[in-house]
Amino acid sequence: MQLDARIPAGPIEKKWESHRFGMKLVNPANKRKYTVLVVGTGLAGASAAASLAELGYNVKAFCFQDSPRRAHSIAAQGGINAAKNYQNDGDSIYRLFYDTVKGGDYRAREANVYRLAENSVNIIDQCVAQGVPFAREYGGVLANRSFGGAQVSRTFYARGQTGQQLLIGAYQGLERQIGLGKVEMHARTELLDVVVVDGVARGIVTRNLVSGKIESFVGDAVVLCTGGYGNVFFLSTNAKGCNTTAIWRAHKKGALFANPCYTQIHPTCIPVSGDYQSKLTLMSESLRNDGRVWVPKAGGDKRSPDQIPEGDRDYYLERRYPSFGNLVPRDVASRAAKAVCDEGRGVGPGGLGVYLDFADAIKRLGANTVAERYGNLFQMYERITGENPYKVPMRIYPAVHYTMGGLWVDYNLMSNVPGLFVAGEANFSDHGANRLGASALMQGLSDGYFILPYTLGNYLAGVKPGSIDTQHAAVKDAEAEVGERTKKMLSLKGKRTVDSFHRELGKIIWDECGMARNRKGLEGAIERVRTLRDQFWTDAHVTGSGDEVNKELEKAGRVADFFELGELMCRDALAREESAGGHFREEYQTPEGEAQRDDENFCYTSAWQWKSDAEPQGLVKEPLTFDYVKPTQRSYK
Amino acid sequence: MRLTLHVWRQRNGRAEGQFVKYDMPNASEDMSFLEMLDVLNEGLVAQGQDPVAFDHDCREGICGMCGFVINGVPHGPERGTTACQLHMRKFKDGDELWIEPWRASAFPVLKDLSVNRSAFDRIIQAGGFISVHTGSAPDGNALPIAKEASDRAMDAAQCIGCGACVAACPNASASLFTAAKIGHLGLLPQGQPERDRRAVSMVERMNAEGFGHCSNLGECEAACPKEISIEFIARMNRDYLGGAFSQRPAGARIED
Ligand SMILES: Cc1cc2nc3c(=O)[nH]c(=O)nc-3n(C[C@H](O)[C@H](O)[C@H](O)COP(=O)(O)OP(=O)(O)OC[C@H]3O[C@@H](n4cnc5c(N)ncnc54)[C@H](O)[C@@H]3O)c2cc1C
Ligand code: FES
Repeated sequence: MQLDARIPAGPIEKKWESHRFGMKLVNPANKRKYTVLVVGTGLAGASAAASLAELGYNVKAFCFQDSPRRAHSIAAQGGINAAKNYQNDGDSIYRLFYDTVKGGDYRAREANVYRLAENSVNIIDQCVAQGVPFAREYGGVLANRSFGGAQVSRTFYARGQTGQQLLIGAYQGLERQIGLGKVEMHARTELLDVVVVDGVARGIVTRNLVSGKIESFVGDAVVLCTGGYGNVFFLSTNAKGCNTTAIWRAHKKGALFANPCYTQIHPTCIPVSGDYQSKLTLMSESLRNDGRVWVPKAGGDKRSPDQIPEGDRDYYLERRYPSFGNLVPRDVASRAAKAVCDEGRGVGPGGLGVYLDFADAIKRLGANTVAERYGNLFQMYERITGENPYKVPMRIYPAVHYTMGGLWVDYNLMSNVPGLFVAGEANFSDHGANRLGASALMQGLSDGYFILPYTLGNYLAGVKPGSIDTQHAAVKDAEAEVGERTKKMLSLKGKRTVDSFHRELGKIIWDECGMARNRKGLEGAIERVRTLRDQFWTDAHVTGSGDEVNKELEKAGRVADFFELGELMCRDALAREESAGGHFREEYQTPEGEAQRDDENFCYTSAWQWKSDAEPQGLVKEPLTFDYVKPTQRSYK
Repeated sequence: MRLTLHVWRQRNGRAEGQFVKYDMPNASEDMSFLEMLDVLNEGLVAQGQDPVAFDHDCREGICGMCGFVINGVPHGPERGTTACQLHMRKFKDGDELWIEPWRASAFPVLKDLSVNRSAFDRIIQAGGFISVHTGSAPDGNALPIAKEASDRAMDAAQCIGCGACVAACPNASASLFTAAKIGHLGLLPQGQPERDRRAVSMVERMNAEGFGHCSNLGECEAACPKEISIEFIARMNRDYLGGAFSQRPAGARIED
């Protein structure tokens, strides 16, 4: 199989402009004849659904929460990047493009990244116009902060609740269209399958999470904006409901899954405290602007942090990376934390933690300024740990946070299945092997506000509207399959809870396909995941019935897909015999312990094609070329 | 610590509900309240019993999905804290806890502790937005906004839409929720053109959804996990009155 990324010709700064000009347009009077199904109403989905409805398309939108306002995007704390150069510190579209390609360890598509950087400036304008209350200076202009992996200050924020405010902005735009009757919203509705007719995506099968009803919807295009799959690890910073089901079902219907092994482990999260732990809490990376990371110089130093004098502390990021210091990219910071803990220098229970210390910042700026910048994060930390970070340094440890991998899409954000578009964290585009902080919000909104409204229109202009209905055989088949699967899960009546399986799966993936991977571990993990999956299908216990609110059934469906994805992640990690960004293969590192890429053999995107339940996916490669940013060994020294 | 739980169990919106007593012998003080319920549910499932349904997602106090009443207080005893961020160290060994859903006719129970809050979305649909099409915005810095105004707008915009204000109010009024949105948008220059009609449409929608009237008891502010001030309700009332006098026939929808 050959993949065509459909990257427009021409110089990079002209590609998007000329591509847009070349697109076909749908006559305004015809737009309402086209139905677009938007699954997921986080930043990517809400912005796409609202913008498409404004254009006049007939939109149906879906989410599993009780309201679009609750999508996981709401939890983003730190900020959103944009190449506005309001600080006059040398930022530009080109620099944001450059930083993102480099930050992604040269495993992203240049043309996509450049367009993302271009769109970034429009996003801020759009959000301000919607009433997003970004932080401001006394003079009334927008404020900025810096984030990891960049030496300019280009991050816009709204206290520690940037994701919330951006999502509320998009949500309000969406609710406005719902009120106008242009979007039909289906909340508490979960996608359980994608309907493909003659190779083209034409609909979805859903379960109503209140009544249990299995129902189908058809349209002229399907857009998946269903977020990331970090919850394969069980413990992650993602909201509990985040899942892979939508994109996994699409994968099994023919959509290629790209770079599944690229996961981001975020360096600043609250360490695990007990077996009952249900999720991990992120402490925004913006804290690294003012907090200093350290551990004791000597292993086994059990003194309380205030008893450890300066001379006995190792500010290891500042020591190892003098020019970026505490602001090195996430993958680098996470691995450095793991390294000091592996040396026995970690702090807190179990030795899995490092200090993030604000004492200097409080001395320099005063407690009030620190409170103004991070007050709500400090409060959250205290609520969870019972410790006051104004007095005692925070303890942090890396945790799974974001998945760079996702469904493969071309430059138009369309998967290899015609009519199936994928946006936001659910696709693989733009971040390569590692995402820079404050860039996911940017990507979600760029996809939804400024790319899909064009590229989807171009696609629709070439198809005849409304040509199938829900009585079509392919729809009925998909419905029957979903019904069977649900019945099967409910009839297992084994001995183990769904959560216990999920925890065990998560532990395997974390140990073998987490911060560091190696051949032996991955090979073992594949076997163990398979065995566990087989056990799940005989020994799980899913209580209740299918025709009522049944949260165990919801979880079971998601975990069942996580097993298959987990296996693919390990396969992908095994096949990529190099280290790149968040993918660190122990066999491939520099003498200083940094990731060692192999551009000669692995400068490609891995896209996996589903075959059948009986045989593993096949690998399709999309070669990457770098005409503007020449790949070098990433250095933050 | 050992706790006794009395949890509201109700199969669905049509069924009768009642409190059911559970023993929780081994809660740790580092657990969140929802993790304590997870442990209860793991035990129930292991015995083949139906686990307690409750809504939750982020577990970080920001999505607004979680929420129920603990010993008569929405989200429980810790001020400014959602149920998911409430930790068991706030309770002590031997405590007896009564856990029940939000009670309001505009929030019908779906199952156990889970309720239908879609009325909130409809209030937003009535006018909780600034009518701006994608792509038509001027430069973000074209319009300077005083930091004080922007900060104040943010104080209101922090609302997570959980519904605790309604649950806390003896009249089940949604005034704090509605006022927070009217305040957020009305404090910003971008929100001025629609300010009057927004206030009128949203307040009328709120009334039509069956929420009660505000009698200034302030219970909502005390229960709000984001500690949104009831001053916004006074502001909403002013905007509503101003709008009702100056506006087009009441109830008309904002069209584009
Ligand atoms: C704690 C935290 C903090 C973060 N902070 C930042 C930050 O400061 N800056 C930054 O740039 N990024 C940040 N990120 C990353 C960023 O928030 C996410 O990548 C981004 O918000 C994802 O948006 P999305 O629209 O793609 O998906 P989501 O917001 O996850 O939305 C997914 C949508 O899909 C729906 N859905 C999912 N599955 C189904 C299904 N099967 N059926 C029906 N509907 C479904 C959900 O209901 C939801 O509406 C953070 C992430 C976390 C975890
Ligand atoms: S679960 Fe999101 S606020 Fe509690």
